Amino acid sequence: MCDSEIRSDLLIPRLGVVTDIRRDTPDVKTFRVNGPSGGVCFSHMPGQCAMLSIPGVGEAMFSITSSPTNKEYMEFSIKKCGSLTEWLHDMEVGQQVAIRGPYGNAFPVEAELKGKDLLFIAGGIGLAPLRSVINYVRYYRDNYASVDIVYGARSMDDLVDIDEIRNEWIGRGDDVNVHLTIDRPQEGWDGNVAFVPDYVKSLNFPTTKTALICGPPIMIKFVLKALQELGFDKSQVYTTLELRMKCGIGKCGRCNVGAKYVCRDGPVFRCDKMEEMPDEY
Amino acid sequence: MMLKLSIEKMGELFQRLAEGRKLYLPLDRGGQVDFGPWTPEAKVRLDRLKTIKSAKDFFFPQTENIVSFKRQGKDISIIENRDAEEPFVVFGVRGCDARSLDVLDRVFLCDPVDSFYKARRENGVVVSMACSEPEETCFCSIFGIDAADPQGDVVTYIIGDFLYWDERTDKGRALTETVKSLFSDASGDSSLVERSRGEIRDIVSRLPLCSLSLEGFDGSALKEKFGSPLWSELSQACVGCGTCTYVCPTCQCYDIQDFDTGHGIRRFRCWDSCMYSDFTLMAHGNPRKSQVERFRQRFMHKLIYFPANNDGMYSCVGCGRCVAKCPISMNITKVIKALGVEVNV
Repeated sequence: MCDSEIRSDLLIPRLGVVTDIRRDTPDVKTFRVNGPSGGVCFSHMPGQCAMLSIPGVGEAMFSITSSPTNKEYMEFSIKKCGSLTEWLHDMEVGQQVAIRGPYGNAFPVEAELKGKDLLFIAGGIGLAPLRSVINYVRYYRDNYASVDIVYGARSMDDLVDIDEIRNEWIGRGDDVNVHLTIDRPQEGWDGNVAFVPDYVKSLNFPTTKTALICGPPIMIKFVLKALQELGFDKSQVYTTLELRMKCGIGKCGRCNVGAKYVCRDGPVFRCDKMEEMPDEY
Repeated sequence: MMLKLSIEKMGELFQRLAEGRKLYLPLDRGGQVDFGPWTPEAKVRLDRLKTIKSAKDFFFPQTENIVSFKRQGKDISIIENRDAEEPFVVFGVRGCDARSLDVLDRVFLCDPVDSFYKARRENGVVVSMACSEPEETCFCSIFGIDAADPQGDVVTYIIGDFLYWDERTDKGRALTETVKSLFSDASGDSSLVERSRGEIRDIVSRLPLCSLSLEGFDGSALKEKFGSPLWSELSQACVGCGTCTYVCPTCQCYDIQDFDTGHGIRRFRCWDSCMYSDFTLMAHGNPRKSQVERFRQRFMHKLIYFPANNDGMYSCVGCGRCVAKCPISMNITKVIKALGVEVNV
């Protein structure tokens, strides 16, 4: 049935088609999704999310990892960790999905971040929302000053999007500096070995930068601490949060941290603003 | 214009109100009084102050269809499956429940609008009724609700042997047109109605819970109240049954679930409760690990978070259902007392 015959509501999804599946790590795959007649399902800004569902299996919120500058398709990097994500990992190209969005705010790429020295810090699957911003910034490269990317994972096999990082982000001579690290030494890895927060500290970034962080909650907390030790103010640091969501529009009542709903008021928060929020995330 | 009708003719009024639309009102349903659809045989119970559940159900039902799907191989089709819309009247809504619709409007009608709720609000006419016998579990007045002069499209009073009918909105006036021939003019009885209002307000002023003060409950106290050491003691006996959330006229948290009917997938939404352990459970953990955090969430939301986001409006209307129904006798009035200013102690 064509979407136009359905009385719309933001809770009602539209159709998307999986047109490519890439295995990134043992438990992360990146899914390319198109609208039924090609292109993207809807436009978004970097940091925004979408609700993906397989009817009868489940529906969940995922960050859109592709950049809005990519008009050909949308991408979602998804870690296998529950019943819906297991199903998604088992599906094949050509599978239709139900999709709705975009939801939430975005990183302020057209406002506060313009002209800034940017420092991206990601851990594991936390690269997914930042990749959208990184590729947006690379596309509009002249609008931003220097770009540093610190990315770490448990092992070299857990680095998401490593092909794109190696082939497109590194060595382009466009003042994008990538700093990779893994938690423990590993055969075949000649890069840095350290936890992300420690690595950030050892790189001794100047406080002229604006940092964008995403990773496991514990990593976010320690990275923020490391940055503050380097002299960063919380107002120079942005992060993106994730909590369980059902509606995506601030009504179902479960993703609040204090009076803020992560789906509606976030997921992107500037860290100084988070001081008004209780520590319940 | 104030109208009146002999209460002996209430049956005729209900019959007329139910013509061409659904009429819901408090009925004796298996020994309990709850809102239900009127039929000529229904046992109407306007004497009972508190229905088991509130009038919320008619605007935000416990379950409702959102959409349906069919899956065939890799293909999915999306099928319209909204519940049918029909005009309806809810009769006998008390002041607390009538106000609760304002609270729900703040959630569902703010941008982006919930089209399911909006349709029900447009299709529904609220006929409220003043509370001639407020009970000791009532505390609506602390939220500025006047049990003697409730809001609604039409406001009614039962005084002596008459039902007084006062239209208040365009919707109310349109409804009045359909039943007007049953009524007689009561504009000469205004002092009678005013005296009745005074009597109700007098009872309310003497209710034990109506002296509670909400001073200090606002957004500026968020971190102080959140960090209070009292939450663990207050929540200690909470069994997480969620009864308070189900009988609450303002609780609006919902879940979205899929049901395989055998002929397709029906996606529906249903009431959910912040008191349940899986409400915020994620694959990587739960930000509200114990009943202490879940209990705190419910009351922080009603008394701090909601007013912070809604110009000071509390997400409680003092109906007292949770006071009457909680199996461990813990409720929002005790939380207000414990965390509030000293005047409450």
